[in-house]
This record gives sequence, structure tokens and C-alpha cells, in this order.
Amino acid sequence: MDPFIEIKNLVKDFYGRGLLNRRKLAVRAVDRVSFDIHRNTVFGLVGESGCGKTTLVRSILYLDPPTSGEIRIDGTSLGNLSSHQLRSFRKRMQIVFQDPNSALNPKMRIEDSLAEGLVNRRFPAAERDRRIKRLLDLVGIATTHRSRFPHEFSGGQKQRIVIARALCMEPDFLVLDEPVSNLDVSIQAQIINLLLDLKKELALTYLFISHDLNLVGYFSDRLAVMYQGRLVELASADEIMRNPCHPYTRKLFSSMPGKNTAIGEAEDDDENANLESSDGKIAALSAACCTYADECPIGDRQCKTDEPELMEIADGHRIACFKA
Amino acid sequence: MTAGAAANKYLLDIQDLDVDFEQQRGLAQALRGVDIRLQTGETHALVGESGSGKTVTSMCIMGLLAMPPGRVNRGKIIFQKRDLLQLNENERRKVRGKDIGMIFQEPGKYLNPAYKIGEQITESLILHLKMKKKAATENALDLLNLVGLGKNRRVLKSYPHELSGGMKQRAMIAMAIACHPALLIADEPTTALDVTLQLQILRLLLKLKEKFAMGILFISHDLGVVKEIADRISVIYAGKIIESATKSQLFENPLHPYTKLLLLSIPDATKRGERLRAIPGTVPDAEDVPPGCSFHPRCPLAEDECRDAIPPDIDYGDGHQAACFLIGRKWIHS
Amino acid sequence: MIRVIPGDPALVIAGIDASQSDIDAIRAKLGTDAPVFSQYVNWIWDVMRFDFGDSMISGQPVTRLILDRFPLTLSLALMGMVISIIIAIPLGVISAVKRWSFWDYLGMAFSQIGMAVPSFWLGILLLLLLSVKFKIFPLFGSGTIMHLILPAVSLGIARAAVLLRLTRASMTEELSKEYVITARSKGMTERIVYYKHALKNALLPVITIGGIQLGYMLGGAIIIEQVFSLPGLGRLFLFGVYQRDFPLIQGGVVFVAFAFSLINFLVDMLYSFLNPKIRIN
Repeated sequence: MDPFIEIKNLVKDFYGRGLLNRRKLAVRAVDRVSFDIHRNTVFGLVGESGCGKTTLVRSILYLDPPTSGEIRIDGTSLGNLSSHQLRSFRKRMQIVFQDPNSALNPKMRIEDSLAEGLVNRRFPAAERDRRIKRLLDLVGIATTHRSRFPHEFSGGQKQRIVIARALCMEPDFLVLDEPVSNLDVSIQAQIINLLLDLKKELALTYLFISHDLNLVGYFSDRLAVMYQGRLVELASADEIMRNPCHPYTRKLFSSMPGKNTAIGEAEDDDENANLESSDGKIAALSAACCTYADECPIGDRQCKTDEPELMEIADGHRIACFKA
Repeated sequence: MTAGAAANKYLLDIQDLDVDFEQQRGLAQALRGVDIRLQTGETHALVGESGSGKTVTSMCIMGLLAMPPGRVNRGKIIFQKRDLLQLNENERRKVRGKDIGMIFQEPGKYLNPAYKIGEQITESLILHLKMKKKAATENALDLLNLVGLGKNRRVLKSYPHELSGGMKQRAMIAMAIACHPALLIADEPTTALDVTLQLQILRLLLKLKEKFAMGILFISHDLGVVKEIADRISVIYAGKIIESATKSQLFENPLHPYTKLLLLSIPDATKRGERLRAIPGTVPDAEDVPPGCSFHPRCPLAEDECRDAIPPDIDYGDGHQAACFLIGRKWIHS
Repeated sequence: MIRVIPGDPALVIAGIDASQSDIDAIRAKLGTDAPVFSQYVNWIWDVMRFDFGDSMISGQPVTRLILDRFPLTLSLALMGMVISIIIAIPLGVISAVKRWSFWDYLGMAFSQIGMAVPSFWLGILLLLLLSVKFKIFPLFGSGTIMHLILPAVSLGIARAAVLLRLTRASMTEELSKEYVITARSKGMTERIVYYKHALKNALLPVITIGGIQLGYMLGGAIIIEQVFSLPGLGRLFLFGVYQRDFPLIQGGVVFVAFAFSLINFLVDMLYSFLNPKIRIN
């Protein structure tokens, strides 16, 4: 069966102004990213700040159309759609962000926030009402609280409301961009459980983005690791958790708090250059080399002159590295 | 043994701290009798979820709580043989920044955008240690080196927005330890940082602790981070410490149901597809603390006595303390 | 645009009893008999060479008229600004630091009254009180500082009212920011926290508004100049409009626009000095 979502060679460039105000390539935020997502599965994306995951998401949702590459949803290529068709297509894909506070209008009662999506679809008031009740039930918010304002709810509850709002369009595909990062640990578990239940009940497909490797490893079926605009490793979550191959993935793993055995024994690397590493660094141009070469413990000359492609090293397990 | 003698052993000895806030929607019981003991050279983690009182505790030690809405009902904060709560504002101010340093969560917000990094470091040196500007600047350079930014004059002359997140956090650490304080309070210093940076910052803190023989009070909600860095851990819930133990005691044998459930709710990649063990309900508001054991409405083991009385703090051996009536009688199954 | 207003300068110059031929002659001399469009083009051409032409009424070059009166208006505007700052900023800062205290109420009361009371009314009141009844200040004329004090105070108080509110609001907002907590946690005294840390950031919006106010005042505080009979720019332009003195009016417009742009530019410079985030590298 064809994958539900196919991303092929997605590129997103941002331009600045060069001499004589000519358009000059400033940064390639997403560099030929390709992956597939199958129906009713969770695809996880891991990366640190500045790796381009937010830009990638915006491109997929066509909020900021990609510079080149193809996005197919259920066989339809988004680039071929007119803006009118795109608008109705968008209903099938929704996004949940990290911060429920900025996602909800503080001056709107939550039932009105939910109704917004429904009003646009021209439902009669009674039907709208019924749907709002159902949505609140689905996410575990008491319907008696429907006339309250966002500030009257806790962080976890607000996030549930944001999820409910994303669902009022009846999407097939939900992008979850760090949906639980701002929440307390015990609430995180509640929201994750909710997302699991919803996925089963409504046959949803998820793109789940997080910096929490542990969480993504648990929640996803397939997982990709992104570094400076490129995917460096792509495999089933099981595979990656058991056997991470790319040096960057391994570094992420070893940095995971709680997984280290003897933190005191590690080398004194914080004295020097490592401060710039992965710290908001953006690839200046699409360099024809492995972008991780500078910090890679096993890199060599080839890594600085040739660009590794994402290659299959085992069944379904792909990495972009010459050395692993 | 008198309280004075016992207090001498610890760098920081918080005894029965009880703090309320008078707010419009009612009286908020932020801390309901908190006990924390920290020794020099120890990294003591204070773990809790939002609203549990961990930030109020740190602010109270520093004397940064606004005392009109806030009120200390009882308790002592004994630091370097003095009860900080008995000092007047000027004396407390002298302790801040000099003997106790503090670092915060989001360095972007906690640094003054209008002043250079160098100025923000040297002002402590000039005020507390009475250094002259030139000496202070050289000293600041050394501090930058200590925190991993190198002897970098460019950084000294930079404004906060010109630095990356990790560099800003290191700069903030340099400011906090400038006067070589005996105690460092770190309030979620790595929460806003990338994973790879987190580890570097944690290592840096440990290194500085060794070098200056400091004690660190490390506040966090992240059990993974705490596992990395802590020697001792106190778990705070609704303004009370419900368990206190060494790192290995807590992770290998958690006694309090809340601690146990917290540990169990962490996702495990081997259990994909299974629902997580989430704790139902939410942390109670400080205005609405449940009677008796504040955790009982959410506790799967709760009995009547849990509602009727506040469980006392009991030592179960080797300094492992917990406050629950049901320890030894009922268990949470893994 | 002004030419659309009914009224013919030739008539004003010639007087009521003039004959038609006199009027025509004057028109020919002034150039108002040519089509409007060509008059405008000629004028633009002259402006490029800094020649604003001659006043139709007095015959003197507009440029000279403006420059003669400019120092007075400038002094007035600057004094007004200084008075405004002296009142508004300290009071605004104290209001924010000691909210709901006596000073705060005083400041807010002052602000309310200052905004409600028209400056000319205040001017007249001050004149009556301090020039007529108590004879401290001169009644009219110009030339000494004493002549400028009352008008500057009238102007300054009105501006101070607005600036005070802004300072208070800006300062209050800065004091609620996280870096203030950091400053306190380092053991900085309250004074350092308020006047070193918070104030620098709080002044940013205040400077911007203050600059804009100065720009307005440079154009000549027309009513104040009328009340105090000061021969400043405001009065000059006002009469220009009364008399339909086109070159003067046009010159005035250009001048005010220029002054305003200059002020804005200086304010931008000052702003970037105070706010490192927007400096050009």
C-alpha cells in the first residue's frame, strides 16, 4: 500500500539581500529531505534547535511553501493544487504546538475557539453544539467548563483544548510539534495517553517532533534524526533505540540525561570549541560535505569533501555517513 | 543536641519553612513546613512539578519573595550559622550574590539586554568585593574562562542577544559564581537548552562545585537530569517534602507512592503502544490543598487515614525519609 | 492646496480702495496671474536652491523671515522640553517604583489634570497670576529669558503629563521583567536595580515620544505664541495663512517637515545608542 504521506527531496531556502540588493542565498534550512509516513502510524522527528525541523513542518503544511521538492498526501501532490484546493486540503492536516498559551486566544471562551473551526464549515448551531460537546469529551475536558476562558485552565488542560481544536476540522494527519515539552511530567503522560487513544479511535496519522529522544523512541513507529537541515538517520524506532549508527545520533543518545553512568568521568570538553556546536548553528550554504564533519569523532577527509547520501545499511535502516 | 549545634554541620538547613501568599482568590499555602538539609560539596536536587513550591523555596532562601503578599509563618533558614529570616533586608542583600549565587532557567530573559556581559559580571565584583574596575574586568575574564567561554574579551564586550543560548547560560553562571559563593541555587538551568548542551552545563556545574567547594541546590522537574547530577534528592509536592533520600536510594527503592508513580510514568521505548502509567488528576493549587496527605485524592493506595491526618516524616534507615502512612503496608506494582 | 482657499493676496496688499488695474499690476508682480501649476513648478525649482521666495505681504525673503524667528521658537521648544523632562521622568520613575504611594497619586493627579487642561488656558492663567497680579514676569515681548519662562512652563506642563504616564507605564513594565530578579539575586541595591538596570530599558519608548513632541514644538507652538505675543515661527505661519501669503506658507510647511525629519533621525540615533539590539554593525 502506498504511504499516506510522501516527502520527496524537500528543499527550503531563505534568501537575504546581497550586493546591489540582489537575492542571495542566505541559508538552506531544509536540504533535500525525503521520507514517508504510513497511515495510522507515528513518525518521529528528533533534532536540536536550529536543525530545521520547524521549517520542515511549515513546508509540509504549506504554510511556507518549499523552494523545491514534492509533498504528496494520499496520492495528491500539494504543489499541483490551486490555492482554493489547497485550502480545503489543509483541513485534513492540523498542527498542535508546544505552547498552549500562545495557541489559544486569551479573550475567547474555549467553546468559541472550538466553534471557529466549525463555523467556517457552515454547520447549523445545534450541530455545532453537538460537535463541541463531543470534542471536549474526546479530550477529557468537562463540558460544563465550555464557557470558561483559557486562563482558568491548567497547562495540561489547555493543551487538551488545543488538541480538541485541531480535531474539529476532522483531520487525518496531525503534526505534533513538541506537544508536551512545556508540561509537567505527570501531565505529559496523560496527554501522551490521550494522543494514543485518539490515534486508535480516529485512525489518525502523526508526525511527532520532540527533542526528548526517550519520548520519541517510545511514541513513534518510525524515527528520523535531523541535523542542520538534513536527515542523518532514518529507521524504525526500535532499530534506532537499540542500534543507533550515525555519530550524531549516538551523541544525542549519550547526552540523554539519566542514561549516563558516570558523568564525572567524561572528558573535559567544555573548555573549548564545543560551545558552538549544535548551538543554534545554521548551515550557511548547502555545503558539499557532511555537515557534521567538524565535530564528528570518526570523520576524515572524505567527510569534508563529499556529501553522504541517505543509504540503506539494513532493512529499512538508512543513514547518511561514510564511516558508520 | 541543640538546634545550633546541628545547624553547624550543614551549609544550608531549612527547618519547617511555612510560607503563605495572600491573594485575591484566597490564601495560597505555598510551603507547608519544608525541611531541607544540604552539606558543603553536596548537590541536592529539589524535585517537583509546577505549583509544588520549589521556586518559592529558592526565592525564600534568597529573600526575593515580595513580603506583602508573601508571609513567612514559621521556620528557619540557617545558612553559615545564621538564620537568614532573622536578618534585616540590608544584611540579606549582602548575602545575595556574594555568599549565595543563583542561576535561572531562561538566560535570554534573565540577562539585562541593555548592558554588556562584562558589565553584568563586574558589577558583583565591584559591589561585593570592592574591586576596582580594571581588576574586576580581568577577574571577569578569568571567570569566563572557567565557565568554558575562554579568555574572550569579545564576549565581555558583547550584549546578551549576540550570544547563543548555551553561551548565555554560561555567562549567567559566571555572574553567579563571581564572588565564589558557598551555595549555588540552580533553578531549572538546563530546561530550556538542547540535550547536548544540557550535559555540558551539568558537567560544568559539577566542576565548579569541586573547584569552589560549593553546595548546589538544584531545582528541577526532570528526573533524568536529576539522576545525572544529584547526590541527594528531596521530592516536594504541594508545599511539603514527601520524600528525601540519596540518589541511589530514591531510584532503586522509592518509598512514597508519588515518587514511585512519577518514575513509572516515564516513557519506556520497550513498551511502545502501551499506555503510560499516568497519574490521574493534577497538582493541587496552593489555595486548595487537600486535607491530610495532600496527595491522597490522586493516590491509588489511599485510605481514610490519609485524608484525616498529615503523615509524619519518618526515617526508614540511612537517612531515607518519606511521609506516608502506607509504606510497608501497601505497594504500587511496577 | 492653499490656493483653493478663497482669498487673494493681491487684494490684501492693495487694500480696500484699490482699483482693478492696481490689483492686476500687483498680481502680475506677485506672479499669481499665471496658472497654478506653473507657479508650483517655479516654486519647487527655487526650493531646490534653498530659495523660498519672498513673502507676498512683507516683501522680505521667506528664508530670512523664518531664520529670524527660529532661534526664539527653538529656545521655547527646548525649554519646554527640559521642563517637561524634569517633571515627568523623576516623577514617573518614582510612581512606578513606589506604586500607590503618595508620590504615585500626586503624579497621576498631575498627569490627569495636565492632559485635561489646554495649554493656552494654563498660559493665560499664569499670565494673569504672575504677570498681571504679581508682576513677576513681563506681559509680552521677547528678548530675555524672563519672557520665555511662562510660555515654556505652559508648554512643558502639558507635555509632561503625557510623558509621565508613559514613563510610569514603561518603568512598571521593566520592573516586572526577569532580568530585574537576576539583578536582585546578585545582591544589587534597590537603587542600582531601579536606576541602572530598569531605567535604561524603560527610557526607550519615552525617548521616542519625547522626540516626536520636540518635533511638534519646533514647528512653533502656535497658540502659546499667540497668548504670550511671542514673535516666533508659529505666529509667523499663522499670519501667513491669514494673509494667504503663499510662499511663506509653503516655506513653512517645508521647514516644519524638515525639522520634524531631523528630530526623528536624531531620536533614532539616540534610540540605537540606548538599545544595543538595533545597532547597525
